[in-house]
Amino acid sequence: MLSAIVFLPLLGALVAGFFGRLIGARMAEIVTTSLLGVAAVLSWMAFIRIGLNGGEPETIQVATWISSGLFEAGWTLRIDTLTVVMLVVVNTVSSLVHLYSIGYMAEDPHRPRFFAYLSLFTFAMLMLVTSDNFLQLFFGWEGVGLASYLLIGFWYQKPSANAAAIKAFVVNRVGDFGFALGIVGIFAVYGTISFDEVFAATPAMVGRTFEFAGTQFDVVTTLTFLLFIGAMGKSAQFGLHTWLPDAMEGPTPVSALIHAATMVTAGVFLVCRCSPMFEYAPDTLAFVTIIGAITAFFAATVGMFQNDIKRVIAYSTCSQLGYMFFAAGVSAYQAAMFHLFTHAFFKALLFLGAGSVIHAMHHEQDMRKMGGLYKLIPFTYAMMTIGTIALIGFGIPEIGGFAGFYSKDAILETAYAAGGVGSFGFVAGIVAALMTSFYSWRLAFMTFHGAPKWKHDAAHAHDDHAHVDAAHDEHHHHELHPHESPLTMTIPLAILALGAVAAGFVFYPYFIGDGNLETFWRGSIFVLHGEHVLHARHEVPEWVIWAPLTVTVLGFLIAAYYFLWYPKKAAALAAREGLLYNFLKNKWYIDELYNLIFVRPALWIGRKLWKLGDGWLIDGFGPDGVAARVKDLAGRAGRLQTGFIYHYAFAMLIGVAALLTWLMFGGAPK
Amino acid sequence: MSSWPLLSIVTFLPLAGALFIFLLGGSNSEASDRNAKWVALWTTLATFAFAVVIWVQFDPANPGFQMVEDLPWLGGGISYRMGVDGISVLFVVLTAFLMPAAILCSWTSIETRIKSYMICFLVLEALMIGVFCALDLVVFYVFFEGGLIPMFIIIGIWGGKRRVYATYKFFLYTLLGSVLMLIAILYMWTTAGTTDIVKLMAYDFAPEAQTWLWLAFFASFAVKMPMWPVHTWLPDAHVEAPTAGSVILAGILLKMGGYGFLRFSLPMFPLASAEFAPMVFTLSVVAIIYTSLVALAQEDIKKLIAYSSVAHMGFVTMGIFTFNQQGIDGAIFQMVSHGFVSGALFLGVGVIYDRMHTREIAAYGGLVNRMPMYAFAFLVFTMANVGLPGTSGFVGEFLTLAGAFQANTWVAIGAATGVILSAAYALYLYRRVVFGALTKPSLADIQDLNPREIITIAPLIVAAIYFGLQPGPILSVTGPAVQHLIEDMAIAAPKAPVAVSEPVAAPAAPDAAHEAPAAEGHH
Repeated sequence: MLSAIVFLPLLGALVAGFFGRLIGARMAEIVTTSLLGVAAVLSWMAFIRIGLNGGEPETIQVATWISSGLFEAGWTLRIDTLTVVMLVVVNTVSSLVHLYSIGYMAEDPHRPRFFAYLSLFTFAMLMLVTSDNFLQLFFGWEGVGLASYLLIGFWYQKPSANAAAIKAFVVNRVGDFGFALGIVGIFAVYGTISFDEVFAATPAMVGRTFEFAGTQFDVVTTLTFLLFIGAMGKSAQFGLHTWLPDAMEGPTPVSALIHAATMVTAGVFLVCRCSPMFEYAPDTLAFVTIIGAITAFFAATVGMFQNDIKRVIAYSTCSQLGYMFFAAGVSAYQAAMFHLFTHAFFKALLFLGAGSVIHAMHHEQDMRKMGGLYKLIPFTYAMMTIGTIALIGFGIPEIGGFAGFYSKDAILETAYAAGGVGSFGFVAGIVAALMTSFYSWRLAFMTFHGAPKWKHDAAHAHDDHAHVDAAHDEHHHHELHPHESPLTMTIPLAILALGAVAAGFVFYPYFIGDGNLETFWRGSIFVLHGEHVLHARHEVPEWVIWAPLTVTVLGFLIAAYYFLWYPKKAAALAAREGLLYNFLKNKWYIDELYNLIFVRPALWIGRKLWKLGDGWLIDGFGPDGVAARVKDLAGRAGRLQTGFIYHYAFAMLIGVAALLTWLMFGGAPK
Repeated sequence: MSSWPLLSIVTFLPLAGALFIFLLGGSNSEASDRNAKWVALWTTLATFAFAVVIWVQFDPANPGFQMVEDLPWLGGGISYRMGVDGISVLFVVLTAFLMPAAILCSWTSIETRIKSYMICFLVLEALMIGVFCALDLVVFYVFFEGGLIPMFIIIGIWGGKRRVYATYKFFLYTLLGSVLMLIAILYMWTTAGTTDIVKLMAYDFAPEAQTWLWLAFFASFAVKMPMWPVHTWLPDAHVEAPTAGSVILAGILLKMGGYGFLRFSLPMFPLASAEFAPMVFTLSVVAIIYTSLVALAQEDIKKLIAYSSVAHMGFVTMGIFTFNQQGIDGAIFQMVSHGFVSGALFLGVGVIYDRMHTREIAAYGGLVNRMPMYAFAFLVFTMANVGLPGTSGFVGEFLTLAGAFQANTWVAIGAATGVILSAAYALYLYRRVVFGALTKPSLADIQDLNPREIITIAPLIVAAIYFGLQPGPILSVTGPAVQHLIEDMAIAAPKAPVAVSEPVAAPAAPDAAHEAPAAEGHH
């Protein structure tokens, strides 16, 4: 049954991928979606059995994979609490996204391919979370990267989609550079890559050093650091985040599934899975905290001034991932996983809601061309509002609130209680919470409230997007009538909204309540100081508890002031194009910087090495130089160069013959 | 069948086929051309069938040579000795596996002198298989150098516009290496008194002699690999060669260098190998980074893949000189995998070259719109080339990396950058050729794969994915032989490969490292 959870999506992918044309698009949709539905139900059953009811974790050996000397990696499914949490997240969101896509992609001619990719992604993600060794995890890790590449570039006729797809893959590979080194490093030091064996041997490694890159480094710190580089790439942390906003070129259901709820959280999962190593590497943990805090802050600043509805949510995702990391960095892995869990619901909800808006607007994504939509698509509006409230973490301490309230406040309080770099995380997190509230409400107001801005330039909006679909083009010739989405799209919204409301207070006691390590996580997460870390948040001063609510309300008021009550002021401010505004709107110019210091130099160096290194230096002084001499000689000797190849071949034969002759008749010894 | 001289059969069956085509006679009539093709195809298929029998009958648990044949030859000075071990047997299978694809992809694209062409390929196959079966130094040399002649002819006659230049360059490079190797062989024979490879492996050459012999063999193998900086013949040779020529060149001929290192340099000159390992590491890492960057700048599809081959061979040389199980297992796996992956990539280029008669990347774009099957096949091979886990390309790359980390972390770090760069150039190529809108009028009527092309390419897709998920059939064959090789070199793989200091941060004990600098880090 547990194997079915993992392999049903693979089956769906194969059927839709290879027989999609045979069975038709509708059949491909039905097959993949229902298989995913079954997998989701089975995942919840496993979650209840192993997670909530304390059933025994299971390990299923499927097959061996790579075996070379001591190096052993198997295909194995390891199902413990950490895994079942991920199973539920992945399969729930994935099955809803499948269902949603039936409506969203209805006009696309390549639906079987789309559903095959979605299911393939799900399979790779499941392999990632069920792994019991580093290599299978890496398989899933790169597998989701492949699926992400294919789905971002799904509309392959759009140059921007192709560019974004490559960027996502290559930037992730930068992270994988570290990850791969980390894995081979673990093997070199521990002689194994099995989680259990590595984790068991880690306490004995504390304080030991090894030679890495010519220097003696602490073993556990170095290895966890390398692993974390991989996590930074996959989870779009500051420095390796640049691919995530561009990934919004993919269809919106893809953004919801891959770039919000599941794949990008793989880095957080990795850190939590490896908590038995990270716990013994305080320096790495400090680094994780700092990077997470910077990302939470940075992405929120950029998110405030984006005009593309999906990009706002993308930066929001980036920022929320930062929260998860700095939670993990202060050893509150349970809080990180809890936020991962709740975030999956409300962020998928926001993305799918945005997709519903985009669907209603006929693929318009610029919020400046929206407005006033709440009357026309009231259901979407209601769901998006729930998602927004959950994201900003609205809730009243000691009474209750939406999902984000439980997980985010727990993170902030723990970070404060941890002190040290945790305080940095706390400050960054509070400021980010202010901005989160601001950009979330800004999005809501620009999209749903105010005067409609789409009537006057509706025709214009149509030309803007380079959508491939021929069927769409016909729509575009008559006037824009925003409409509510079909049931296949609204049902997933409703289910996710339920999660966004309830996931917090229902699961709070299990994930981060008292005794969670013994009763819920049961060894799948290791914390050196046990429950003490999470407990400490109960002793923080009163103002720390009330701070998140305060800044959230403040953010709402600022957003309402500028985008609900006095929208002209916002427009005027934006029109002034202040220095800070441009800096933030242009994403701190990091893309431009990378282009300048990595992309263009790489191409330039490549060309120089080719023309100068190979062409001028090696060939010039090597074969071509020799050739020139030979030609001189040959020219003098006669017309030998005509067809000289045969002469050389002949000469070679003669050489071989001469050798044989010498061997046979020459002075060969004995 | 165990009493049959299987190795001689697979070696000489292609020659028999070649002879048969020759005897078929007939002028260049259509019928005789067709017959020549079918004879060549059936010969290669039969050879492959025998190769599979060899693979099945091969006993992986036995690290020594198997299916040995020994006949006195040439007055007893040299023997005709054949045999395979876990290091060589897979290359026999690989060669036999790729040849039918090479014949099939030439089916319609070769229009002149078809009989000679088929004869050339069959002779080439015989010589290449001979290289991997030979257990006598001189027999090896004859096959090794002789195999180049049909390749020269293939490029020289059926090649592109600059074929003469390419052949010439190819020849010039290999000439230097083979002359030096020949001298070394003569020296070895006079010193050791035998050309029997098995006996030579057991013979202890004096340390200073090892240095020179190693360098002489290195000159030949490094060119074949090819290693940086003696790689510049390869892009030109690939660009000018007909598709099948590129397939065999990348798939098999490049592997002879790596095989040579494993068969001669490591077991016969272990001290010199250890001494020169740092140099090989340096050249390997330079190759990986340098040629990957060059590949990024290419405008010709075949050149790009050729440069990527050099980078991948960098992983192979790096793996071999780690002298540990993962490194060498990975190197052999990488060679086999690269054999069918790069072969398949060249087949893929051949498919569109046959239609458009250009290799310019800029002449393509948006092929997926009209060629979905082609797009899928090319994606699989691109991903295998990039080393995506789940494809065969990953296993070799990762194992060599794991081996390198144990030998020298700098090398591992340098080589790991290839992970990033390979993704960049391969996906950039894929995007320019396959993705995008199909706007070029010349491509408007381009056709997807035809049944012959599907039959040619499909087995390679299966191999690239199957061995990515189940590398066991390959690794279990190489494992014991590699272990044997390492033990013979007396620098056996240690249990805890990397020196880890004591908790008190005492410096690592300066153990046996002085004996074998390349094996530092073990203890």
